[in-house]
Amino acid sequence: MRISDPVRPSPERLLKQVQAEENKRWGARLKIFLGYAPGVGKSYRMLDEARRRHERGEDVVVGAVQGEQSEDVKALLQKLESIPSLQSGEHRSLDLDAILRRAPQVCVVDPLGAANPVTSSNPHRWQDVQELLRNGISVLTSVNLLHVEEYREKVQAITGKCTTETIPKSFLLAADDIVIVDVPADLCLARSGEKLTSIGISNAQERKLSELRELALLLTAEVVDAQLETYVHAHGIEPVFGTHERFLVCITPESNATAMIQSGIRNKERFQGELYVAYVHRHGLSEDESARIETYLQAARGAGATTEILESDDPVVAIREFATQKRITQIFIGHGSHDNWRDRLFGDPILRLIRASDGIDVRVFPQ
Amino acid sequence: MSASDESQRRKLKVYLGYAAGVGKTFQMLSDAQAAAQRGLDVVIAYFEPHARPDTIAQADGLEVVPPRDVEYRNCVFKEMDTAATLRRKPDIALVDELAHTNVPGSERSKRWEDVQMLLESGIEVWTTMNVQHMESLYDQIWQVTGIQVRETVPDWVVRRAAEIVAVDVTPDALLNRLKRGAIYKPEIVEKALSGFFKASNLGALREMTLRQAAHEVDLRQTAYDETSDVRLSTEPPDKASEDAPKERILILITADTSTAMVIRRGRRVADYLHADCIALFVHRTPHITELPAEERHALEKHLRFARSLQMETRVVAGIDIAKTAVEFARSNQVTQVFVAPSRGGLRDRLLGRNFVENIVRLAEDLQVTVVADRSRKPASS
Repeated sequence: MRISDPVRPSPERLLKQVQAEENKRWGARLKIFLGYAPGVGKSYRMLDEARRRHERGEDVVVGAVQGEQSEDVKALLQKLESIPSLQSGEHRSLDLDAILRRAPQVCVVDPLGAANPVTSSNPHRWQDVQELLRNGISVLTSVNLLHVEEYREKVQAITGKCTTETIPKSFLLAADDIVIVDVPADLCLARSGEKLTSIGISNAQERKLSELRELALLLTAEVVDAQLETYVHAHGIEPVFGTHERFLVCITPESNATAMIQSGIRNKERFQGELYVAYVHRHGLSEDESARIETYLQAARGAGATTEILESDDPVVAIREFATQKRITQIFIGHGSHDNWRDRLFGDPILRLIRASDGIDVRVFPQ
Repeated sequence: MSASDESQRRKLKVYLGYAAGVGKTFQMLSDAQAAAQRGLDVVIAYFEPHARPDTIAQADGLEVVPPRDVEYRNCVFKEMDTAATLRRKPDIALVDELAHTNVPGSERSKRWEDVQMLLESGIEVWTTMNVQHMESLYDQIWQVTGIQVRETVPDWVVRRAAEIVAVDVTPDALLNRLKRGAIYKPEIVEKALSGFFKASNLGALREMTLRQAAHEVDLRQTAYDETSDVRLSTEPPDKASEDAPKERILILITADTSTAMVIRRGRRVADYLHADCIALFVHRTPHITELPAEERHALEKHLRFARSLQMETRVVAGIDIAKTAVEFARSNQVTQVFVAPSRGGLRDRLLGRNFVENIVRLAEDLQVTVVADRSRKPASS
């Protein structure tokens, strides 16, 4: 496994670029308003943007609205043209044909996580949205965290709320724009009639909402990070270091790898960061040593780390290059063995790595 | 802050954004209008006069405590009138721009200090700031954007806020506002677009804002969990923390300017790991007063800085600095030592010593973090 060219885009990114370009050809953009719970004000934020765009001369229509509407939302809707959705039993679906005939610049779809009736050509509303985008219509849409497939179980565990209607996270990652609509948990509760008084979290309900809020903020950060990476690649700019913590644990057969990986996992969780565990391949390892390395790497993968075996004559160069490619912010390495510390310290490899690690913290672990 | 203030102390709410123009003040005013409608007594204690028309409209109907004129070098500056706000004693005071530095001659040098006064006298405060003003992010912001932020707020001020609200907008929308002249005057716009408002900077700062907000939200959950025994999630939220020993971080202070970044980084890591944090200075002279004046001033500055970030500071004497520091670490149950990278200067090499090497060699039973120099020349951006 050679270190790959740091600027070579991954297949996922290429695919995303192709999709984005297809939409761009028609100038259509997808913008998502993400909220962590009902009542944070997604619909209002989105419709207010629709209103502003309409007032600036963009051709905006509303293709779907929420069942329950606040007074503020009703007032905004009155200022915008609507294409009534189709009613079929308990389902409401976009009138796709009518919207395509009307061919506006921008269509508002509130919310994205809604089931289509079985008679619809697309099983899911998010697929309707893709169809609008393919036809050159930009879309503003709202998403509640509960409806993101990868978060459904977590949200369900926290709130007990269930849904069968979900959107793949990849759909969010491919959006041109995402905005989080953030309010403190207590305000979200107040809107449903609770009292606002205390400092900080005051009850279990608020504690639950706060957990959802954290998840939504981190999901948005992840989408923003992916967008930033795409932007940086597309414009040939140097990768951006340090927007969030990425740990690289470098293990050897002699290092106290278990403790280092444990610490890596703890740091990753605390910082909500990413964890890489790398081993620089060395010739002449005993069978026992090779097996130990494999066990370490397996354990690391089990804990959610990305593992990598690097090939290089010079471990310092290999680690340094890998760290740059992965935008690492902290490198963990083990102390050399005691008997020949002088060689290891002054020739190799710890201090050389410290000197070479421009802009990256190096943490040296006890043997 | 003494414990006796706690009973009176009111809550602080921070609207956190990533640049001028994201809508922090607008959001704060709009929430204030809603609060006023609920019958709360809200006043604007300070409002940036450069506000955008939309924002000014949002302030309509809210009472304003007039700012105070402060004369400095034949110019008149408008500053928040803290005394008048205290006398007025509303339920909630709105104070724009928490990171603002007051004009010399003001009673307190930083606006966040004025805000502490309001909070302690029983007034709830809502305020605005950008992520780049968090003290502990200074070096990372420099690394990511090439920008050195002048005005910062100690992390603990934000940490003590009851609520953090992330005010989010896409960089595209922000750039549109900028180009329409809604944020700065036209003559500044071009400069802004090629500097701070570069798309990659905005994306990076936005990501940092969202992560900072998530972290702040997480801290408040931890605080709640520690005082109540409700277990909510089915999965343990923090598997690693339960069996891990309490971390204790030691920050080695020297007269070198790199010490400031070690203090900030150590503070940040300690906060995330829920670790204790001590700053240590070892002097070779029998007494600290025997140090050359220049060195002593630098040290005093660093020790003050560490204390302002709420670290315990210790000063001990020892002939061999590395050895003394490592012994101190061992006898104080330190798990991690933070040091600045050695500059490998001629003086050090001639004397045959390298502080970092010595620490790493001696502290073989401790973790030693060599903090990266994250400073960046603007040209490399």
